[in-house]
Amino acid sequence: MPPRRIVPKRIPMAEQAPEVRIHNYDEVPLGFTAEQAIAEAARCLQDARPSCMAGCPVNINIPGFLHLVEIGDFRGAINLIKETNALPAITGRVCPQESQCEGLCVLCKKYEPVSIGQLERFAADWEAEQGELPVPDLPPATGKKVAVVGSGPAGLTAAADLARLGHAVTIFEALHEAGGVLIYGIPEFRLPKAIVKREVEYVCSLGVQIQKDFLVGSSATVDELLEEYDAVFLGTGAGLPWFLGIPGENLGGVYSANEYLTRANLMKAYRFPEYDTPIARGRRVITIGAGNTAMDSARTALRIGAEDSIVVYRRSRAEMPARAEEIHHAEQEGVQFHLLTTPLAFYGENGRLTELECLQNELGEPDSSGRRRPIPIPGSNFRIPCDVAIVAVGQSPSPIIAKTTADLATAKSGVVVVDKETMKTSKKGVFAAGDVITGGATVILAMGQAKIAAKAIHAYLQSGNW
Amino acid sequence: MYPILKKQILSEQVKLVVVEAPIVAHKAQPGQFVIVRVDERAERIPLTIADFDRDAGTITLIFQEVGKSTKQMGLLEVGDAFENIAGPLGHRTEIENYGTVVMVGGGVGIAPLFPITRALKEAGNHVISIIGARSCPLLFWEDRMAEVSDELILCTDDGSAGRKAVVTVPLQEILESRPEVKRVWAIGPGVMMKYTAATTKPFNIPTLVSLNTIMIDGTGMCGGCRVVLNGGARFVCVDGPEFDAHQVDWELLLQRLSFYRAEEKESLERWEAHRCNLDRAYETLTSVR
Ligand SMILES: Cc1cc2nc3c(=O)[nH]c(=O)nc-3n(C[C@H](O)[C@H](O)[C@H](O)COP(=O)(O)OP(=O)(O)OC[C@H]3O[C@@H](n4cnc5c(N)ncnc54)[C@H](O)[C@@H]3O)c2cc1C
Ligand SMILES: Cc1cc2nc3c(=O)[nH]c(=O)nc-3n(C[C@H](O)[C@H](O)[C@H](O)COP(=O)(O)OP(=O)(O)OC[C@H]3O[C@@H](n4cnc5c(N)ncnc54)[C@H](O)[C@@H]3O)c2cc1C
Ligand code: SF4
Ligand code: SF4
Ligand code: FES
Repeated sequence: MPPRRIVPKRIPMAEQAPEVRIHNYDEVPLGFTAEQAIAEAARCLQDARPSCMAGCPVNINIPGFLHLVEIGDFRGAINLIKETNALPAITGRVCPQESQCEGLCVLCKKYEPVSIGQLERFAADWEAEQGELPVPDLPPATGKKVAVVGSGPAGLTAAADLARLGHAVTIFEALHEAGGVLIYGIPEFRLPKAIVKREVEYVCSLGVQIQKDFLVGSSATVDELLEEYDAVFLGTGAGLPWFLGIPGENLGGVYSANEYLTRANLMKAYRFPEYDTPIARGRRVITIGAGNTAMDSARTALRIGAEDSIVVYRRSRAEMPARAEEIHHAEQEGVQFHLLTTPLAFYGENGRLTELECLQNELGEPDSSGRRRPIPIPGSNFRIPCDVAIVAVGQSPSPIIAKTTADLATAKSGVVVVDKETMKTSKKGVFAAGDVITGGATVILAMGQAKIAAKAIHAYLQSGNW
Repeated sequence: MYPILKKQILSEQVKLVVVEAPIVAHKAQPGQFVIVRVDERAERIPLTIADFDRDAGTITLIFQEVGKSTKQMGLLEVGDAFENIAGPLGHRTEIENYGTVVMVGGGVGIAPLFPITRALKEAGNHVISIIGARSCPLLFWEDRMAEVSDELILCTDDGSAGRKAVVTVPLQEILESRPEVKRVWAIGPGVMMKYTAATTKPFNIPTLVSLNTIMIDGTGMCGGCRVVLNGGARFVCVDGPEFDAHQVDWELLLQRLSFYRAEEKESLERWEAHRCNLDRAYETLTSVR
């Protein structure tokens, strides 16, 4: 192949204008046209030893699929992606590309990296436009039954892989809709729910049953599932919201991000009263934290009608853990950032939130996580008036399953302990992957681990050896 | 879908439905609850499992029509179905032979009190029950409560049935005259539970209440149902719903319960207006025919 010409800048992505989109719930980036996708894919240098691939947790053949997009073979491109990634329409939209594939693209050193995520999304959306996905030929039934607990990315991936190997799979989901965080957490304007529903339907078309309204640990224990199923896979995520433990946190108007986003997304409170579930329509909304969850909350607040949406974060901008694109979109939409600011206490009147008291910090030496530690400046206290506050400072696995399963080992943080090679837990026949073994992480990591688990479950079901 | 097999009108505002929900029926224990959703657009509403039949695979739910969701539920008839019923959720009541116990039920709280009372009676306790409501038409299950109690005291605020008193009045008398009382359970409106707690506190009698906070998921993932007990926050759906009444921060609980008052009103008014329109449209249709 002749050496390729460097095109320094990306093909810009069309987006809804910020002043328009804060009044609707529709997706923000509009996606590439075929011409734009071909031109963007042509920016790839087709390196013989592509550094980008090392950044992808599921090792997608990135130059391979980019080449197929470039020559207009979109079917070939999506097939190649799907060899290692079952949910490209989702990961193309939500992966933190800047710290994964795109972050390692050689172009990064001097220019803008190839828009790998957007091209992955393009290929997946192109396939969806072609109509229903054909159901692959399934092998003869093995007669083995697997219970998958949780229908997030981990559960869906494990269920699909196991069904394709001929096992009878039932997913048990506590909520009334399948999809995990993809349904209840990440908002429509970032990940349209129709995409998640399509993936869930695809998994069902493989013969997977979904039993909703079923809380494992309460509707049945893991031990009871093991009486009926040959193996159990735990993909229960990290659903327990953390609070700050500061005064006033139980005032009306102080939400966990999980509650705020569940009301808005799963229950569609943004369409109240057309949908029954209410949400406080705050005029000044403060979100505490700076991860994806926080950005989603702050941007949802704008769409629900907040005049001011303010992010309070104790470190500086460089440490904000959210995807770069989300921070950028939040800024465009007018979300205000109070950085190096620690919340101290909530104040209210008649049980309703009215103010948040904060302390200003300065940056100190790096801490154990390598990030510079925020050091409070004495006497710098100040108050921000607000009527809604959303606490988005992290989450850990819910203890329900661990509490009701005697021999399932968990770490102090509440995560289920597994052998990373096989995703086996301490309990015979039980495997786990996703946020339940890592704490809050990413969609692509949950999927990658679920694939390892599915392989190990298959081996276990065939050999019977633990 | 979870079909309704039987419906009974217990009072103007209180309805009973028997619903097919085999998974819940199989595991249900006294004190536990379910989360129901009437249809696609509905809220997730917590309701106590008032009774269950494992063989038939059914559970009994009793609800008071207080707002849009419960009024809409009240319109469901035999043959209709709930879109979702998840559970059983929450901890079961710890049933033991404590000796003499007093069961206090207010209004619709009589329903969740029943299976606990029955289990305590079966465990050998001497059961004194006090049930009350604003007025006679709102009382129900006097007969069933009588069957599982050794003594039953009825009261109404207006004296239209039983004693004219609030439930804490006979409770106070019993506590003063009968030192053998070992435990008290109280289920009903927040204010009633708050005053029950205040009544038993000076006697230092362990008192359990089943809290009816606002919930969404009911599985411990949102924290919307949190209450404060002796300074620490707990999630009612997974840590409760039963708690030591003397530790509950009642002021905060009642404030949190009223947080969505404006939205609840808006939702109900919109729905009722919509229903009127539907009724009118239906009348026009039928008169044309
Ligand atoms: C608001 C938000 C935004 C995010 N944004 C991004 C992003 O942009 N990019 C990214 O890569 N990652 C993002 N993440 C993280 C990502 O969503 C998670 O890492 C991923 O969803 C984990 O998948 P999982 O399958 O392990 O768990 P989950 O998606 O959490 O799914 C777990 C499922 O199990 C169910 N469940 C739990 N307990 C039980 C039980 N006992 N019985 C039955 N069912 C049970 C739950 O209801 C849930 O449906 C975000 C997370 C949040 C909360
Ligand atoms: C564990 C538990 C068990 C319950 N068991 C029963 C029962 O057996 N029978 C019964 O009649 N009621 C029960 N309740 C209360 C019942 O859930 C509420 O009455 C119902 O949600 C009101 O909905 P609505 O739309 O009709 O009224 P709304 O107009 O929404 O509200 C009216 C009142 O109900 C309260 N409320 C509103 N939404 C909720 C919600 N999601 N969860 C709880 N309370 C809410 C409000 O604070 C308000 O005081 C229980 C509640 C809990 C937490
Ligand atoms: S799956 Fe994620 S990390 Fe891998 S190539 Fe796609 S966007 Fe990049
Ligand atoms: S590192 Fe960048 S330029 Fe090289 S193959 Fe990967 S995407 Fe293409
Ligand atoms: S209802 Fe969400 S945590 Fe209890």
